[in-house]
Amino acid sequence: MSDEIKQSGDQWLGMTRRSVLKALVSVPVLGVFVVSFLRKKAADDFKRRELLAELGVHEGGPAVIENAVSRPPGKRVRLGIIGFGGEGESLIRHAGFAHPQWVEDARLAHDEDPRDKELETYLGQDDLNVAVTAVCDVFDVRAERGIAASQVAVRPGGAAANPPARRFRRYTDLLASGEVDAVIIATPDHWHSRMTIDAASLGIPVYCEKCMTRTEAETHAMYDAVKRSGIVFQLGHQNRQSESHQKAREVVAANILGPVTLVEGTTNRNSPWGAWVWDIHEEGNPRTIDWAHFQEPAAHRVPFNLERFFRWRCWFDYGTGLSGDLLSHEYDGVNMILGLGIPRSVVASGGIYYFKDGRDVPDVFQAVYEYPDRDLTFMYSATLANGNNRGLVFMGHDASLRVSGALSVSAERDSTRFGQKIQDGLIDPSRPMFTYRPGSKGIDAVTSATAEYFASRGLLYTYRGGRRVSAYHLHIAEWLDAIRNGGDTSCDIERGFEEAITCHMATRSYLEGRRVTWDPVRRRIV
Amino acid sequence: MLDLRSPSVQAGTLVALRLLIGWHFLYEGLAKLLNPYWTSAGYLAESQWWFKGVFIAIAASPTAVTIVDYLNMWGLTLIGLGLMLGLLTQAATVAGMVLLALYYLVAPPFVGYVYGMPAEGSYLIVNKVLIELAALAVLLAHPTGRVFGLDRFIMRGGTAVPAFDQAAREGAHQ
Repeated sequence: MSDEIKQSGDQWLGMTRRSVLKALVSVPVLGVFVVSFLRKKAADDFKRRELLAELGVHEGGPAVIENAVSRPPGKRVRLGIIGFGGEGESLIRHAGFAHPQWVEDARLAHDEDPRDKELETYLGQDDLNVAVTAVCDVFDVRAERGIAASQVAVRPGGAAANPPARRFRRYTDLLASGEVDAVIIATPDHWHSRMTIDAASLGIPVYCEKCMTRTEAETHAMYDAVKRSGIVFQLGHQNRQSESHQKAREVVAANILGPVTLVEGTTNRNSPWGAWVWDIHEEGNPRTIDWAHFQEPAAHRVPFNLERFFRWRCWFDYGTGLSGDLLSHEYDGVNMILGLGIPRSVVASGGIYYFKDGRDVPDVFQAVYEYPDRDLTFMYSATLANGNNRGLVFMGHDASLRVSGALSVSAERDSTRFGQKIQDGLIDPSRPMFTYRPGSKGIDAVTSATAEYFASRGLLYTYRGGRRVSAYHLHIAEWLDAIRNGGDTSCDIERGFEEAITCHMATRSYLEGRRVTWDPVRRRIV
Repeated sequence: MLDLRSPSVQAGTLVALRLLIGWHFLYEGLAKLLNPYWTSAGYLAESQWWFKGVFIAIAASPTAVTIVDYLNMWGLTLIGLGLMLGLLTQAATVAGMVLLALYYLVAPPFVGYVYGMPAEGSYLIVNKVLIELAALAVLLAHPTGRVFGLDRFIMRGGTAVPAFDQAAREGAHQ
């Protein structure tokens, strides 16, 4: 018998009272833990409830997710693709037809890095019940790639392979063949209006890549043709399908930002690829490329030129550089979220400051748009020689909204609306009030530095009900849905008209070195 | 005068260390359990060094991430409770060391590795995770749960009484 038991003289479960107390020594500490924990939890919950009630925005995904569930595709749609370059191939893949080589590369990429989900996302796409029946490209290699993709065996949802598409050397023959029900136009910009107008005259629905047109005159002609024919038209701004853009629209509608006076949209890239110095295909030569046809609607005719063919965005003859390629995306994002329409005026400037490779479009470009009716300025700023990500920011008197793959809202220190809450310590203006990560379970209103960091990382994909889908796929699916069942497309000819005119105003301002305005009565750039 | 190296002070400081680490684990676990937005995916996806492939593969798989998230949340909570109460102390200590070793291996602060995640200090090879891991090793070598913990009730007799307790008794009767 131990000394302790002799000493204490009273026992429990064969132990002395002293040793029982020793065994329970940590229980009071656990008690302190529980009390502190409950107090902290109550404080956090209160803060969160107050904040969300104050904001009037709900925690989940966007309240209205357009086309969350597309109606089952009834009638099979026969698709024609005009222009099977990088973008055309991507669009056709998102319609359910990846080039076999792409499938192989995506498989290898996934084996190397399991985070690479390109193939999984492709295979997870809805079967849109379409067939690619016709391909038109002036470059033989690309036309062949289109034919290979049209009959690919690896299809989303285990869909069956299709017979090969037929190649057309002239898009007019493709449209008149009677073998296509709808057409995707992914050529350089100088062809868009002419092709769309011809398709519209035959009543063929069009999915057209941005920028919608190259000039103001083309924009009017294309707008009139689409309106007259009543065809289903979709402009290729896939951000319309992005969940964070839709959530951003909800944040603006809930008036969390207060009066927004400045919106800043930016592009920062820092690679030759990002500056349109694209690969020149080794098989590209005057025999494999129909150069005369390629430059037919261009402002200037020049002798065969590989750079101009493969890097067409570098010349005003075929596009409008930063304006039509990247400003158009930023503008359409802002137009979707704020419904801005065409600005009253613009001043644009820039220059060819880094890529002095013979191009005639600027590689540094800013455009400042005025919307006096909305009391705001939209400023676009871009360089192709620096990668500092500045994002898209809506600056309101009460809060700022930053939109990227994710979304974050930060209160203004001198906000009228949130002033009291900031004073009471309910809102900390030095970090986001809330962040929203598409695909996560909802709004994170008690944002930690880590959550903020992860939210700031861009996401290439958007989400529907937690499932990762490509915005391109949704944008095409929406267009097909409208073709089959009627209804609107989210980037229709009205939005397209606004996009094209807004971009061309900046291009004109840059080229003419003056302030350019829009006459809303005569509907003309002056 | 208080002898800082007396067996009772040694025992007291060891128990205090156990309680502090237990507190930390328990709160980390509960905070994650109660935050519906918490996931380990972001942390795992930042992984570097030899085991990067495994951790990134887990981050990329929704099923694996869900399992890892649950193991993490409940693991931290139960280990924390175990350490605080001195309940199944040895098992909790070992489990805690395993978990900490995994955290360390996901993102070791070795020369040449830079992480985008916000860090609250500056680390070279040694970080707070490693120190907490070493502290648990100390607790494993000097168990306290069978004297100052609920293990006293469920594990009476059997293995030897911890050295410091022996010493404490001997000291008490000198």
